[in-house]
Amino acid sequence: MEIRTLFFASYRELLGTEELRLDLPRGATVSDLVATLRSRGGAFTVLPSDPAVAVNRSYADRQALLSDGDEVALIPPVAGG
Amino acid sequence: MFARVVRDPIDPASVLRRVGADEDGAALLFLGVVRNHNEDRPVGGMRYDAYEEMAVGVLTEIVREAAAILETDRVAVVHRVGELTVGEVSVAVAVSSPHRAEAYEASRYVIEEIKKRLPVWKKERYIDGAEAWVAGTRPVARPR
Repeated sequence: MEIRTLFFASYRELLGTEELRLDLPRGATVSDLVATLRSRGGAFTVLPSDPAVAVNRSYADRQALLSDGDEVALIPPVAGG
Repeated sequence: MFARVVRDPIDPASVLRRVGADEDGAALLFLGVVRNHNEDRPVGGMRYDAYEEMAVGVLTEIVREAAAILETDRVAVVHRVGELTVGEVSVAVAVSSPHRAEAYEASRYVIEEIKKRLPVWKKERYIDGAEAWVAGTRPVARPR
């Protein structure tokens, strides 16, 4: 299944990209997606192993199951206001 | 209730005008402003980035929660993104209610929740030309 993965702020700068399309097996979780990213090597290995994540624009925990077409964002520590 | 993420400068008076009613004895406007230093380091400006599609939803949730505190729907929040200079308004929060206690509580609630969970990031630009992301907070969804 295809997952649209978004990167913001420091993560975007670290990876040099703001979006990746990832192909993951059915039944994959947020945690699996993060592990897949980190296994790409290079700057990806610097990503935290348990970053805050939003699935389809709501915060989700690492056990959350993903579905085909989901939008997953890795959310660096926030600093609004 | 009103929640927006904008790129253009915020007009605080127009945010305040979104609240208020004949039964309200208290109207409160809070402004977050870009300051000229962080710790001891001189700051010339700030860049705000957002996950805009999500930020609007989170801001709307926060506004709904503040309305529950107020027991009115008279709460308006506008957060700006993009390049800001010292003295510019980054966020405006307006609330009104019959009595001041609820207004102060709801106003404070909105800004504190923004800092805890709004998907927005800021990069400080220092006078010496360097820049750095402001250390933030790991966001937590509000328990439902």
